[in-house]
Amino acid sequence: MVAIADKAVQSRSRFKFILDRPKVLGPIFVAPAILYVLVLVGLPFLLAVYYSVSAYTIYTQSYHFVGLRNFIDIFHSQIFRQTLANTFIFTIGSQIIGLILGKFGALVLLRPFRGRKLVRALIVLPWAVPVALATVAWEWMFDSLYSVINWTLVALHIINRSEAPNWLGNPHLAMLCVIVVNAWRFFPFAIVIFLAGITAVPQDIIDASIVDGAGFWRRNYQIIVPIIAPIVVVGLIFGTVFTFTDLSVVYLLTNGGPVNATQVLGNLGFQIGIQSGDVAHGAAVSLIMLPVLFVLVILMLRFIRRREI
Amino acid sequence: MPGIARTIGRETGFYSAVAFFVILAAFPFYWMLITAFKTNADLYDLSNIPFWFNDPPTLDHVKYLFEQTEFARWLLNSAIIGVCVVAITLVTAIPAGYSLTRMAGRSGEALGIGIFLTYLVPPTLLFLPLSRIITVLGLQDSMWSLVLIYPTFTIPFCTWLLMGFFKAIPIEVEEAAIVDGCSIFGAFIKMVLPLSMPAILTVVIFTFTLTLQEFVYALTFISSTAQKTITLGVATDLVRGDIYFWGELMAGALIASVPVAIAYNLFLDRFISGITGGAIK
Repeated sequence: MVAIADKAVQSRSRFKFILDRPKVLGPIFVAPAILYVLVLVGLPFLLAVYYSVSAYTIYTQSYHFVGLRNFIDIFHSQIFRQTLANTFIFTIGSQIIGLILGKFGALVLLRPFRGRKLVRALIVLPWAVPVALATVAWEWMFDSLYSVINWTLVALHIINRSEAPNWLGNPHLAMLCVIVVNAWRFFPFAIVIFLAGITAVPQDIIDASIVDGAGFWRRNYQIIVPIIAPIVVVGLIFGTVFTFTDLSVVYLLTNGGPVNATQVLGNLGFQIGIQSGDVAHGAAVSLIMLPVLFVLVILMLRFIRRREI
Repeated sequence: MPGIARTIGRETGFYSAVAFFVILAAFPFYWMLITAFKTNADLYDLSNIPFWFNDPPTLDHVKYLFEQTEFARWLLNSAIIGVCVVAITLVTAIPAGYSLTRMAGRSGEALGIGIFLTYLVPPTLLFLPLSRIITVLGLQDSMWSLVLIYPTFTIPFCTWLLMGFFKAIPIEVEEAAIVDGCSIFGAFIKMVLPLSMPAILTVVIFTFTLTLQEFVYALTFISSTAQKTITLGVATDLVRGDIYFWGELMAGALIASVPVAIAYNLFLDRFISGITGGAIK
């Protein structure tokens, strides 16, 4: 391509020199994006690491180095240990529910039927609509007095009005609620990912397996699942990263309560670092996410690379 | 006859599964819709059947939103932020995506993956240092801080999307332009950009919806009512004292959700092919 260009271009103004050399133009083209990301992701990231080993608060802004003091402090805190456990329960619980709903939802949407487009549009809603707004709707559905869920349960005579559950007030139910809302938010994404994978399985492989006598389940789990596994893993890693580090659902539904029963790392980091101004300990709490993220990113890289082969 | 029975059974099962998923996904939005237009007397009466209007529908909550709250201001803020972030994203991500697909060879792919991975660095890891940086820049409690920060996730995401699209354009298009006397830059402007209009439109829509969906940075950086985005304002500013005004809340959530839902559905297929990055060929 370069050789052709050199021959074709006759005029040699100074601009032409820049505009015609891929070796010059390439870096100029990519530089703004890389600079933006370096300055506003790379630099803050290093700053976060440094905060976590300093004594920085918004009241005394000292960059005094304190070693691993902050990490030792937070690991001694009962609230932090509970938060760590909660975060894993929250993430794993909502991903499993989301994946199961996603798999079966994809099977439903795979079959052509009248109104499938409309059904798909409705099913995608939880993922499309801003999560903060959808969470507010769920908060209203979990209302301690006017909960539509309780109204329905009472109307069906499953429970009495007097023993109606206080969804967000009971520690165990509150955890269930944040998990369900989060799974609800992600399952359309899982459906979409499964669908993209399944529709990409070559039809002749499926035909061949039918000829060879493979039934529905065997076709599903011994042929389709292995083929779509890489793309599903990429989707799952996305979901896991965003759930593990998120605070919106928890912040809006329970704000970590009752008594830290639904506290997660993102929300605890926010409470300590932003609301109380103890930036150093807040940064330490946030950085605990890093090892998990690291493992996930490595997995992601392996699967992204695989697609090129 | 048993064959027919089995078919009917299977069809019933199938359509109940469809109904299950539709109700699961859409009920909270139906609930938003119906709450937004119910009178308060109707909302807060446990003897009413909640699923339908017992009193005639009312526009009071919507009126209240526009007359008594900063709702219109939030809409405007979100629109301004969205437009600015889209502009920044286009100006940086289009050349970056093109450069990484066409001018950098094998290292371009690796660099592209590197940029994409920054999309996975979560706001909850960066919000502490970023809020200090914003204070230093004098942007604390201002919506312009979001204009500055939102491109940190829209640029990586859109660069990745665009790389996939540029790869699909045959290289002969540019070669022909160059043979005809264009510079490489000229070929990019005159041939590649017009061919990429659908991809660029997708990037515009998704950048805009990503800015509308964002909550964590907005929550961290903005505290005064007049500077809030629509998502943040509805979720945090319509609760007065400890009292929730569900009619207004749901009306606000509904109005803010509708455009995003429509945009997402129109561009869903392109988005999927972008996010899976051609993981399936």
